[in-house]
Order: sequence, then structure tokens, then C-alpha cells
Amino acid sequence: MKDFHEKKYGMVIDLDKCTGCGSCMVACMSENNVPFKEDETKKRLSITWMKVYKFTNGKSFPETEVCYLPRPCMHCEGHGGHSPCVSVCPATATDYSTETGIVSQIYTRCFGCRYCMGACPYHARYFNWWDPVWPKGMEKQLSPNVSPRMRGIVEKCSFCYHRLQLAKEKAYSEGRREVRENEYQTSCTQGCPAGAITFGDLINPKHEVYKLKKDQNAFRLLERLGTNPKVYYISSREWVRRAGDNYLAHEKTGKKQNH
Amino acid sequence: MDSALIPVGVKRCSFPKFMLLLGAAGAVLAWGVFAMLLIWIKGLNQTNMNDYYGFAIWIWADLAVIAIGGGAFFSGFLKYIVGKDELKNIINYAVLLGFICYSSALLILAIDIGQPLRGWFIFWHANVHSMLTEVAFCLTCYFIVLTIEYLPLVLENRKLDKIPFFHNLTHNMHETMAVFAATGAFLSFFHQGSLGGVAGVLFGRPFAFREGVLIWPWTFFLFTWSAAAFGPCFTILATKILEKVTGKTLVKFNVIDLLARISGWMMLTYMIAKIADTAYWAFVLAPSKGFDVGFFYTNNEFYGWWILILELVICGIVPALILVTKKGRASKTALTTAVVLAVIGVCLNRWVMVLQVMAVPVMSFDTWATYCPSWQEVATTILPVAYAVILIAISYRYLPIFPQEAELNPIAPEEALADEQESTEETADVAGAEPAAQT
Repeated sequence: MKDFHEKKYGMVIDLDKCTGCGSCMVACMSENNVPFKEDETKKRLSITWMKVYKFTNGKSFPETEVCYLPRPCMHCEGHGGHSPCVSVCPATATDYSTETGIVSQIYTRCFGCRYCMGACPYHARYFNWWDPVWPKGMEKQLSPNVSPRMRGIVEKCSFCYHRLQLAKEKAYSEGRREVRENEYQTSCTQGCPAGAITFGDLINPKHEVYKLKKDQNAFRLLERLGTNPKVYYISSREWVRRAGDNYLAHEKTGKKQNH
Repeated sequence: MDSALIPVGVKRCSFPKFMLLLGAAGAVLAWGVFAMLLIWIKGLNQTNMNDYYGFAIWIWADLAVIAIGGGAFFSGFLKYIVGKDELKNIINYAVLLGFICYSSALLILAIDIGQPLRGWFIFWHANVHSMLTEVAFCLTCYFIVLTIEYLPLVLENRKLDKIPFFHNLTHNMHETMAVFAATGAFLSFFHQGSLGGVAGVLFGRPFAFREGVLIWPWTFFLFTWSAAAFGPCFTILATKILEKVTGKTLVKFNVIDLLARISGWMMLTYMIAKIADTAYWAFVLAPSKGFDVGFFYTNNEFYGWWILILELVICGIVPALILVTKKGRASKTALTTAVVLAVIGVCLNRWVMVLQVMAVPVMSFDTWATYCPSWQEVATTILPVAYAVILIAISYRYLPIFPQEAELNPIAPEEALADEQESTEETADVAGAEPAAQT
């Protein structure tokens, strides 16, 4: 694996295109064997690796505008790989890969202290409050490439890491050392009917995300905290960009800071 | 019935009355144990925690008992390292309280983790960057130290002390206790601090995050300082409660006065540091992340400015000022008020640094999180209190916890004579049964 050049996989999500349909959430749950319960009314107990937030510009009709914001794990780099969650995990059950830029979660090592959940400002980490149970017969649709998680541990979006492993295997079998852009795409990217999500290597000039992240309307969530996330958003609406971070009343909406 | 086990020269309540107390506390303990088993068997779905409130009442209870248990390490530090010899009259009780607090903290941690059987991963796969790793190591080591400090006290039981091996072991352990006290102080400095660091390093949580020196945020030092300052207040409060329950004076006033005075000055200096930290956070650090400090105390149902005022002024500056004045310490009412406020204050600080941190939204389009513990969480949090009542009751009844008790509460001459005779007979029995061991 050392033959691969360093990557920083990330996403650019165009919020002007997102309709809030939730296809990305469904695609993610299906692809990653994300468990669900009979009663999902308590949303803060629901596991949604990809979650679509809805917020408005706060104005009343007819000036009301709505924004839907899909939020996967941000795979924060922090400073030198010290992302908020990785640095706090006491058992090294989550790690920042300098080869891919992906923050992993080692399910068999996590002992469920939930410190990482408290550390994540995006609420991208979820705890298995129950053991996963699928309705009879539905277990047959589970993906064999992703291990289901047990009760008492934390899980989160992996940027469909198993797809990268499969793509690498394919590339190796064909004598290549590099994975092509279209060979490794997350399920939410492929599931989005509006084409709002673009995925790829943020530091590879040949990849679409490399260009998109330089858009003048691109921004990241909570940049001021120093989390250094790898998910970018684009919106032509200033109030949406402003909602991406926290500002004092007199401050102007900030400019993005590229990797 | 159990008179042979009761220390010489002191009087205890009747055995049935004692058993009644144990029974009442035991019932509460059983309720807590039942809730604990439910949680271990069915999982953390028995709680009202959620993905926004991953840290809740247990972590607060953990931090709170460790803070108030700080009286053990600081009293030990003052007696054995600084040389405040008067504190020998309260150190046993401080150690007992510390032992209870730390064993409770470890139990709560074992309940709190989602996979208790993997608890040892924290040692085996330790991440040296995590404050929680430091907490786990230092907490465990210090609990061992507290056990070593508590052990000679147990062996000083009237019956056990008759066994020459135990008697000599106790004597030798007392001789080397300064080493353990120093070790305890060293370990406590780190784990009290790292508990503060748990919240302070969360740079994704502007309400908790603090800058600091090297790898340690300011909360690291503030937690150690506050535990040393407020911990002795809990020792004094627990002593006052025991005196009330037993109807006796157990420690002379000069001992309480000394501990209260030191605690008062520690609190006053801590409050200056804490207010400086809060001011820097409110006017520089939080605004640099885009937060007006008012945001943290408004637009929600519970966390208002009142909590800041209660923690810093009413339960911080007020008790500190009472305890640093001679007049304040001399007044029974003022002293009791001060220690009660101080204990509430330090527990409130830990509440704020755990539960309010979780409640505050960080993303601008997110909402405040609310949380109310389930009965299982409440029962398991009360469990350590029942455990504490039982252990204190047993220890007080059978062990010489308070060296000044006999002097302060002389028993009737005929009772003293009977006690002495009984004691002499026991010595003779032991001497007859184990002549070789006596030589």
C-alpha cells in the first residue's frame, strides 16, 4: 500500500442543488448496514451517518428561504491529524490516516466511553444504544463488505472505506498502483439524484473536488474552531454560508481556508 | 453483641439500632445494584442519554466525587509533607472518605462504558494523547494508594490488632505512610488535572475549550486547585454530619479550624484564578470562535446567568471569604454554611464542565440539547451514597477513626472499667493461645 501517493479524500456538497430528498441518507444506511429501530421518533437515538439538516433564513413569508444541508463525518484533520475525536479516544479506537485522510473507527476496539461523541461538534458520531436487529428476511440484504456493529460502541461515516479497499484490490489486480476517481465513490455521492455531492481526492488537481473546493462560494462547517474538516459546501446564498460558522453580530461572513 | 470489636474507651449505639441503619442503607444500595444489573444486562438504552448527551449524570458524579474526595490527598499532603501534625486527628476520616469516593468513581465508570468487558482496553491500547487515558491510569494507581492508606486503619480494629503480624504490619505501614501520601499527592495532581483536561481539550466545544501550557489546558490546573481547595470542605462537612448523627464531638475545633483556614485561602486564590480564566474565555477566547458569551447563558430552558453567579459568587467567593476570617470559622453556623456552599460550588463546577458542555449547540443551525436522567441513572448515582453510609457506619463503629473521640467523649467510670477488663482478658487469651507469636 506504500506505493500509493498520499491522498486527502473529501467531499464538496452543492447546497444550491440539494433538495433535501434524503436519498443520500437511505443510500448510506443501506450500503453500510446502519441499524434502525421499530420506533425512530427519538431522532437523537437514531443512527444516521449521513444526516440532512434543514434550516431557514429566519425570515417570515414570503421572504422565507430554506436550506438542506447533508452532514456526513467531516473527517477532520485538525492540526497534524489531531482531529477532535481521534485525539481524545483513550483506547486508540479511532485513527486519522495520513495516507487517505480518512478518520477510521475500529469497532472491535471501541469500548463505548463516548468521549469522541462529546468531542465532535458536528454530532457525526453515533452510539449503538441497542443491538442491531433487522426485520425477518431483511438481514439477507446486508452488505457482506461492512461488519454490523454491536451494542455499546460508537460508529460513524467511513467515507465507504470498504469501497476504497475494493477499488485498490481491483487496481492491483490490473497492475495499477493508483485508484481512478470514478472507481472510488461513496454511496451517498452515487445516491444523490441532484448530483449535489462530489467526492474525490482534495489534493489531486485531476479530481473534480480539487476545482470545486476553490469555488468562491465554498466554505466548511465551523472552520473557526480549527477542526480542519474535509467536507466543503457551496452556496451562492450568503446567509447559508454565514450559517456554516459562528459569527459575532458585527463580524462579516468569513472566507474559506483551503487545505 | 459485637462489643468485643468496638474500640476501647468509646461508646457505640446498640447493635439492633446499628443494624437498622445498615438495613435502611442496604435497601437503597440494593435498589442501586438492581439498576446497575439492568444496565449491565440490557445496556445503556436503560438511560436517558442520547447521541447529543453522551456524557451525562454519571460523568458528573464521577468528577464530583473525585473533587470532594480530594480532601484525602490534600490532607495527606498537609500532614505528611507540609508537616501540619494536628491533622492526624482527621486524616483517617479523610482517607476513608477518599477511599469511598474513588471506589465509587471506578464503579460508576464501569457502569458508564458501553462495553464493560472491554474496559481494560484503556490500559492495553492506551492513547497517550487522551486525557481519559491519564485519568484511568492515575485514578487506578491512586485508588491502590488509598487502599494501602486505609488498610492499616482496618488492621487497627481491636480484634485484628491482637494478631501480632497485623499489629506489626500496621506499625510498619504507619512508618512509611509519608511515602504513600507523597505518591498520592503526585498522582492526584495529575488525575484531578486530567479530569479538568477532559473538557478543556475539546477544541470542537467552545464552551469547554481553554488554552493552556504545553499539552495541558488551564482547566487542568483549575481542577487540581479546586479539588485541593474544596475537598477538605467535604471532609469537614462529613465530619459535621457524623457528629450530628452520633451526637458527639469527634474532632477538636483547632483541627477543623486549621483545615478550614487552609481550605479558605486555597479557595480564595482559586477563585481569583477561576474568575481570570472565565473573563479571558468570555471576552477573548469564545469571541475569537464567533461566540458571544451571552449565547451560552440564554435562549434555553435551564442554563441561565444564574448558574455562573451561583458557582462563582454564592458558592465560591462567599464561602472563601467566610473561611479566611477567624470570626467566620469561629461561628458554627457560618462555618457549616461555608462548607455546604463550597461542596455545592465544586459539584456545580463539575456539572457545568460536563452537562452544560453537552447542552450548548455548536453548529449555528443546531438546537440546545436537553436531558433528564432515567430512574436507573438516578439509582446508580445514589448507590455510592448508600455504599458510603454503610462503609462509614462500619468503619466508625469498629475502627479507631477519630483519635480524639475518647478524650472528647469520656465514658462512665464503670463502663470504662468493664471495657478495660474485657480488653485485658482478650490480651491474656491471645497470649495463652499464641505464646510463640508473642515472643
